[in-house]
Amino acid sequence: MSAVFEVINLKKAFGGLVVTNDVSLSMMAGDRVALIGPNGAGKTTFVNLVTGALKPSSGEVRLRNEPVTRIGPTGRVQRGLVRSFQVTRLFQDMTPAEHVGLAVLQRTGKSAQLHGNFLTRPAVMEEVDDLLERLGLYALSHRKVREIAYGQQRLLELAVALALKPSVLLLDEPAAGVPQSDTGRIEEALANLPADLAVLMIEHDMDLVFRFAKRVIVLAAGTIIFDGLPADVTKDARVREAYLGSYANAGLKA
Amino acid sequence: MTEKTNSTSTASAETSRTRLRAGFIRRDLYGVAAIVIVAAAGYVLFPDNLALLTRIIAIALLVLSLDLVTGYCGVATLGQAALFGSGAYAAGILSAHYGINDPLLMTLGGVFAGAVAGLVCGIVMLRAHGLPQLVLSIALVYLFHEFANKASSWTGGSDGLSGIVLDPLFGLYEFDLFGHTAYFFGVVLLLIVFALLRIVVRSPFGMLCRGIKEDPVRIRALGASPHKALIKIYIISGAVAGTGGALSAISTQVVALDALSFTQSAEALVMLVLGGTGSLFGALVGTVIFMLFEDFVSAANPFHWLTMVGALLIAVVLFAPKGIFGTVQDLLSARRNRTGETRP
Ligand SMILES: Nc1ncnc2c1ncn2[C@@H]1O[C@H](COP(=O)(O)OP(=O)(O)OP(=O)(O)O)[C@@H](O)[C@H]1O
Ligand SMILES: [Mg+2]
Repeated sequence: MSAVFEVINLKKAFGGLVVTNDVSLSMMAGDRVALIGPNGAGKTTFVNLVTGALKPSSGEVRLRNEPVTRIGPTGRVQRGLVRSFQVTRLFQDMTPAEHVGLAVLQRTGKSAQLHGNFLTRPAVMEEVDDLLERLGLYALSHRKVREIAYGQQRLLELAVALALKPSVLLLDEPAAGVPQSDTGRIEEALANLPADLAVLMIEHDMDLVFRFAKRVIVLAAGTIIFDGLPADVTKDARVREAYLGSYANAGLKA
Repeated sequence: MTEKTNSTSTASAETSRTRLRAGFIRRDLYGVAAIVIVAAAGYVLFPDNLALLTRIIAIALLVLSLDLVTGYCGVATLGQAALFGSGAYAAGILSAHYGINDPLLMTLGGVFAGAVAGLVCGIVMLRAHGLPQLVLSIALVYLFHEFANKASSWTGGSDGLSGIVLDPLFGLYEFDLFGHTAYFFGVVLLLIVFALLRIVVRSPFGMLCRGIKEDPVRIRALGASPHKALIKIYIISGAVAGTGGALSAISTQVVALDALSFTQSAEALVMLVLGGTGSLFGALVGTVIFMLFEDFVSAANPFHWLTMVGALLIAVVLFAPKGIFGTVQDLLSARRNRTGETRP
């Protein structure tokens, strides 16, 4: 089986600060990878680089063997590379139904239509209802986003990403900022992601990482210092060193 | 927790969809009815002032077009009159230079010229963001103005474009001296544009535009290009502004350089903010209030009318930042919620 997502020798520097240093990795369909690392390690920057939001200094990104480094962010989404945001980016005055509806319309090439309202289109709304229901948001379909809890907004962020039917999903701290009581719902949603989807999840909560990931990559100061099984990550000397003094140390001692 | 069991929920989802669609249509009909009632009231109350009322409609089309780019998409511009003026000159030139005197063809010419001007302005303006974008819009309207000034053999330059002759509308209704025909023509144009824009702002594209205004990065992460969408809205906006320009050329039978001035652009923005950005009714309300205010106050006190407009604007911006229409709407819905009625 060949890789759906490949990053080859990716580099990025902001002025003199190297934030992504020769990063290479590849993922297969169905992979569940956790990308961890101390604050400021360059995890979000990595997502910004591979999705095309930032331009790398050098290196290549491939989707199903097609180089996409020269393709803009929208072209990469259309080819199946979808991300979520560390801090929720949703439209405050729109409803969950509108969010997911817009994503479905965009995926099916209808987001530029000048007539009709998707809320009255059975074909779109069936998919919208179905997705929102799967994530337990159905009851909130027509509330404004500003009125719903942050944990639910994180779930909606996930619903929007899934509505795009990605083949590679990059999740930037999907449970960040969510009260402990609500993380269960998010973890459940993560466990129910489509089986053939390749998922790379950035996460600080090590319990979540261990339950979710079949493979862990550790980034420190822009460099991959570990890429292997979750069981081995806490034993790795370089990883321990990188986390020394960092709050996440507590999680790693487990 | 809501577990929707499949059979009942599909049915209920369908009735809720039908209800939604009925709600849209009802609100559109209210909107159309409101315009017709106000237009009829204007006709009855000011039979000697139809020229002013027609001018209000023409400017309302300009302000609506501005609302599309500024209110719905968040692009700030002080050059919108460039699109309006392009429409006015196109309609005027068709008649004055090519002898095409049919008001419908002249209007179509205005729509087309406005759309082309919108495309040009869009391409230039969307290369920048924020303050530089605003400066570009001002530069554009000055360039259009200067171009019209220099091309005086076509436009009449600073003397204005005259020699516009009009055939009867549909070959039946002469454009009379009192402006009855022009007024009816204007009202019908406004109704058509209003109905079409209601459809557009509610469409998937309209929703995409609202999203772009709030967070273009998010829209890009959905795989949609904000740039493409904004060019498209600029073309639509140009067509609307061009309709207004054509109406102004047809109703006054002259086109002055003012039609493409910075002042006209800035006034349009003032009207939009006054009425409330991001709603078609806000644009209409702002235009009507500003222009009636201008007419009455400048007649009563020609020296201080601008002072009073300034004071009104400051009051609105400080105390009713959603504009007059937006604030009234908020108050009404707050009252409706208090009286326990649920919103549709
Ligand atoms: N646009 C930018 N210009 C300059 N420096 C930047 C920029 N974006 C990020 N950085 C720097 O790059 C480094 C990596 O940031 P990044 O956000 O990728 O870290 P992260 O691993 O996601 O951290 P966290 O766990 O806190 O989310 C940080 O030192 C940050 O200050
Ligand atoms: Mg980060």
